[in-house]
Amino acid sequence: MTIGILSYGAGNTASVLNAIKRLGYNAIISSQVDELEKTDKLIFPGVGHAAQAMASIKSQQLDILLCTYSRPVLGICLGMQLLGRYSAEGSTTALEIIPFDVKHFSVQLKVPHMGWNAVEHTSTGIFKQIPNSSHFYFVHSYYVPQSNASIAICNYQIPFTAAVAEGNYYGVQFHPEKSGDAGAQLLQNFINI
Amino acid sequence: MLTKRIIPCLDIKNGRTVKGVQFKNLHDAGDPVELASAYSAQGADELTLLDITATLDNRSTFVDVVRDVARSISIPFTVGGGISGIAQVERLLAAGADKVSVNSAAISNPDLITQLARQFGNQCVVVAIDAKRTSEGWIVVSHAGTATTTLQAVDWAKQCEERGAGEILLTSLSSDGTRSGFALDLVGDVARNVGIPVVASGGAGTPQHFVDVFNLAKADAALAAGIFHFGNVTIQAVKDEMRRAGIPTR
Repeated sequence: MTIGILSYGAGNTASVLNAIKRLGYNAIISSQVDELEKTDKLIFPGVGHAAQAMASIKSQQLDILLCTYSRPVLGICLGMQLLGRYSAEGSTTALEIIPFDVKHFSVQLKVPHMGWNAVEHTSTGIFKQIPNSSHFYFVHSYYVPQSNASIAICNYQIPFTAAVAEGNYYGVQFHPEKSGDAGAQLLQNFINI
Repeated sequence: MLTKRIIPCLDIKNGRTVKGVQFKNLHDAGDPVELASAYSAQGADELTLLDITATLDNRSTFVDVVRDVARSISIPFTVGGGISGIAQVERLLAAGADKVSVNSAAISNPDLITQLARQFGNQCVVVAIDAKRTSEGWIVVSHAGTATTTLQAVDWAKQCEERGAGEILLTSLSSDGTRSGFALDLVGDVARNVGIPVVASGGAGTPQHFVDVFNLAKADAALAAGIFHFGNVTIQAVKDEMRRAGIPTR
């Protein structure tokens, strides 16, 4: 089993690698298409600005890799948002793998939505053995509205997508690598797919 | 619902936790990695690690601690203490920290906040504000309370937000170590006047103090060191009291 962590200058790849290692697996952090093509699972992390992230991804042809990869892919935070069509952050055209558009939170509550929030899901797939309403750690100012691809929902004044799945693509808005036992279980479930 | 966060704080000097840690079931109460893991297991929502090393030589020791803690725990953590430049922040984030807190350097050079926010994102930049109760109101102090400014805490907090801070860590030096409760007037005033999360610090003594700072002062998170280290108040006890009071908690 080879797990690849996509590195493109946005996102704390070290935290994801630490979480994978705590589960007893190893992973490679890489921005090389030829290296990542040989992996069995691909994790697509992301912290930062959508437009800059897309520019960096395209400049290294990682967009083609992400769109054609046939094994399971897990997008985390910005990584999940970029699986969509479009992001309001910098009016960015994203990877267009899953049909959703990313919006900015216009709520009366504090933005970014930062901290631990309860996630409602169906306890299958990547949420196997995770109790419903478990808390996960979020840090984001943009969100994915509910759609047919949503497999988990969170609430921050408005309901929004906490996780998506379509074909071999999975995405989580929260940070499983920073979400204690529930996050570790989710990463284990992804590795088990 | 977004939960209110409980954050134990570890003071690190020369690679060891200081402030008299008296924890049961720990082999070595001075080992930051062991202590961080214990807090994470007990339900801490986040951790803060403060480097109180006096000399520059030992700064690399702190980076090693950060790296070891990042490998061991699966909750977010903030690091701070003597941070004054981008290169330093880069090293700490690369070692696995999630956020950095700046204090005195931001007072003498407020542009540092803007630079850090631009480079690493607002969510990553915490401004730590230490304030003292005076006849002129809550005044910001710097260099661990040894230097006074003319800044009002609320005004400075608003300026930090405008410059791109993602969070305010607000310590009442007048309450610190007293265990008589958080400075509710200070925390309430700042929390009402900024649109970013406020972490209250200084004065925690009982679980009820946490309930008060969330319910009465609208803090988003509360930080404590001594009471958790000595084990006379556990994180679980604080969370039980919060649940009884109807405060969302993890």
